[in-house]
Amino acid sequence: MHELGIVFYIIRDVKEAAREHGVEHVKTVVMNIGEVSTVVPEYLTDCWRWAADKEDLLRGCELRCNLLPALTTCNACGAQYPTVQHGIQCPHCGSKDTVLKCGNEIEIKEIEV
Amino acid sequence: MDSVKVIEIKKSIFESNEIDADSLRGELKAKGVFLLNLMSSPGSGKTTTLVRTIGLLKDKLRIAVMEADIDSDVDALKIKEATGVASIQLHTGGMCHLDAEMTRQGLDNVPLDGLDLVILENVGNLVCPAEFDTGACCNAMILSVPEGHDKPLKYPLMFQVCDLVLINKTDVLPYFDFDLEKCREYIHLRNPKARVIPICAKTGEGVDAFAQWLLEEVTKWKN
Repeated sequence: MHELGIVFYIIRDVKEAAREHGVEHVKTVVMNIGEVSTVVPEYLTDCWRWAADKEDLLRGCELRCNLLPALTTCNACGAQYPTVQHGIQCPHCGSKDTVLKCGNEIEIKEIEV
Repeated sequence: MDSVKVIEIKKSIFESNEIDADSLRGELKAKGVFLLNLMSSPGSGKTTTLVRTIGLLKDKLRIAVMEADIDSDVDALKIKEATGVASIQLHTGGMCHLDAEMTRQGLDNVPLDGLDLVILENVGNLVCPAEFDTGACCNAMILSVPEGHDKPLKYPLMFQVCDLVLINKTDVLPYFDFDLEKCREYIHLRNPKARVIPICAKTGEGVDAFAQWLLEEVTKWKN
C-alpha cells in the first residue's frame, strides 16, 4: 500500500516531465532508492507494473531501481559510517549525536524514451 | 533499431508536495487558522483524545476536525456527536497517508473564515504520514502504552517530524512493560526539541496540559 502511493507520485512526475519534453512513450524510468528510505524496491516494481500499464504513456515501461547506500556522520568525532550496520550510535566513539547524511532518497533519476 | 534517449530528471518524489505544503501553510497563516496534523498507529486513541481536548477548548477556540481514513465515517460522526464541533470525513481512496493536495481538498469543505483551529486526524500509520508534509502548522503524534516504549527506535522519522508526542493510556501502565523514562530518552534521541506529555484520554488525566499547549500554539500562530 505504501509503495503503491509512491508509484502514483512517480507517475505524476514522469507524466509532467514527458509533457515538458514532448515525449509520447517512456521506455524506462530509473529511480534512486536510498537504503533507509522505507521503500522495498520489489514491491515498488510490482505496484509499478499494475499502475503503469493503465497509462498509454507508460504501457510496458520498465521501472529500474538503483539502491543507494545509507551513510551517517557523527557530530562528535566526524567519522562517517554505514547506517544499516550501526544505526544511530557511532561505532568509532560511541556518540549518539549523529545525523543521516544520505540513504533516504526516493527520486526519479532519469527516463529513457 | 529504436534509438533511446535519456532525459535526466533528478527529482525527489516529495518535492512537489513540499511546495504545495508550504503554500498551504502560507494561506493558513494569512487567514489566522492553525492546522494541527495528528498522527499515530491505529487504535492509539486519537479520536477519544480529540473528544476530551475539544471539550476543554471549545469555549476558547472555534474548532473543526477533519478525519482521514481509508474507509467509513465512524470517527467524524463520533466527534460531531460527542463535541458538537464541525467534523468532516476524508477518504484517502486506499492511500496510507494524506498529502498537502488532499489536505487542501479537505479544507475546501471547511468554513475556514470562522475558525481558529482545524485538527487533521491523519490515517493510522507510523510510516507514510511522517514522510508527507500535509501543510500543517505543527505535527503531533500519540503513542499508546500497549504499543511499547521502543517505537521511537523503530519509526524514527515519525518522532523526528513531531513537535509534540502524547503518551496515551497511562492508566494501563501497571499492566505493561512500558518504561516512560526510556520512552522519553528514545524520543529525545531522535528529536531533542519534542515536547512529551503523558495523558489518559479515558480518565482525562494530562489532557489539560495538551489543551494548554494547543491554546498557546494557536495564539502564537495568530500573532
